[in-house]
Amino acid sequence: MKVLVPSALRSYTDRGETEASGPTLAGVLADLERQYPGIRFRMIDEQDRIRRHIRIFVNGEQVRDLSQPLNASDEVIILQALSGG
Amino acid sequence: MARNTRKPAARRQRPSTRARPQRRLIVLVATRKGAWLYHGDAARKTWRADGPHFLGHVISHAVLDPRDGRTLLAAAKTGHLGPTVFRSTDLGRTWKEAAQPPAFAKTADGKEGRAVDHTFWLAPGRAAERDVWYAGTSPQGLFRSGDGGVTWKPFSSLNDDPQFREWMGTVQDGTPDGPKLHSIIVDPRDSTHLYVAMSGGGVHESVDGGRTWKTLLKGLEVVEGFDASKPSFHDPHCIRICPSNPDRLYQQNHCGIYRLDRPSDTWERIGKSMPERVGDIGFPMVVHPRDADTAWVFPMSGTTVWPRTSPEGMPAVYATRNGGKTWQRLDAGLPATQAWWTVKRQAMTADASDPVGLYFGTTSGELWMSRDEGRRWACIARHLPEIYAVEAAELS
Repeated sequence: MKVLVPSALRSYTDRGETEASGPTLAGVLADLERQYPGIRFRMIDEQDRIRRHIRIFVNGEQVRDLSQPLNASDEVIILQALSGG
Repeated sequence: MARNTRKPAARRQRPSTRARPQRRLIVLVATRKGAWLYHGDAARKTWRADGPHFLGHVISHAVLDPRDGRTLLAAAKTGHLGPTVFRSTDLGRTWKEAAQPPAFAKTADGKEGRAVDHTFWLAPGRAAERDVWYAGTSPQGLFRSGDGGVTWKPFSSLNDDPQFREWMGTVQDGTPDGPKLHSIIVDPRDSTHLYVAMSGGGVHESVDGGRTWKTLLKGLEVVEGFDASKPSFHDPHCIRICPSNPDRLYQQNHCGIYRLDRPSDTWERIGKSMPERVGDIGFPMVVHPRDADTAWVFPMSGTTVWPRTSPEGMPAVYATRNGGKTWQRLDAGLPATQAWWTVKRQAMTADASDPVGLYFGTTSGELWMSRDEGRRWACIARHLPEIYAVEAAELS
């Protein structure tokens, strides 16, 4: 499925859009980690919580649970939450 | 071949004041918005800026590996992304991220576990322990790498110990920038002898490589009204071991300046001999590389709401040359008035030249240095972001 990547993470992907697969959001993040080592820990902490300033949307809906099932046709958007200087 | 007939040198009673030949110096400046490297000439008069590295990243600490004079480690995060450690083996031309950055152990389902917010302190192992590094984090955690900083393992003896966790408190109990483990010191004679400090949580020592720990709090004061027997109430700001006498440590604490001479386990408050109008509160502690009687501090106002700026807006370094019996004000070249500087605990350091060079960075983004052990100061750089840490090192 298509995954849109924010500018802060493009040092890993080299582009704003990539492809990843998995039956759940956790699976997609694991696939991203396989392709781009280190990227997952920048978004997800060691307790498997989405970090405070990271937001993940699936088909426009915010997802907070990594076990959320996904379909191959879904679109995942990773965003940096707005935060000040 | 002629035999060397010279007799072995007699054991010196006092540390040598002779230094090694001067080599190329580098000053590593970690800031809230990136890192800069300053390359000095042999006389330390001109400095070439190399940076920014990691523009926009929060760099808590950048350290050159003294064992090879070449490898750099940088503790990084950004406002949005989680913490990591970067490593460079070509003086910052390229950086590679740690494969396994410092992270706490995952807790069992249903239990609230801690997550590293940022790696705060990086410390190399002993000279004989090539590729060993230690890291201190916020919230308080201790980590070790045995492969040059590529992978990091937690010390569960400290990070997950119920007693330590009680002493650490929660983020709510910590300093405004988050509670921290810092001042990781490896005894240069013994890899298994470690000291660490926590803000808050006190000072702790291990003599078995971190398997077990004991507190090292005797003599340290706490904020009035609190129980000094409880590690939770102790806030050591910075501890340094003397390279010329590893049985001596100096400490800048939330409540004063201290010296500890082992095997004693009682800290002596040497800051009482500072001028009363200046006080003995501050963050950094700097020791002389060859003279254990000499140390420097950067006092800050600890009055009322703890402004933590130079007392009366008149910044100065204070030096002792006699182990803390007396202190000398060193402010030549620094602004004489209306300079409300803050210097953080990692933002002041010394090189190993003779005379010793001193360096400090302010939260207002100025980098200052002295080529003569603090007698005269000059500004190396202005207009940097908030400076978190300054390290001086010799390149190989």
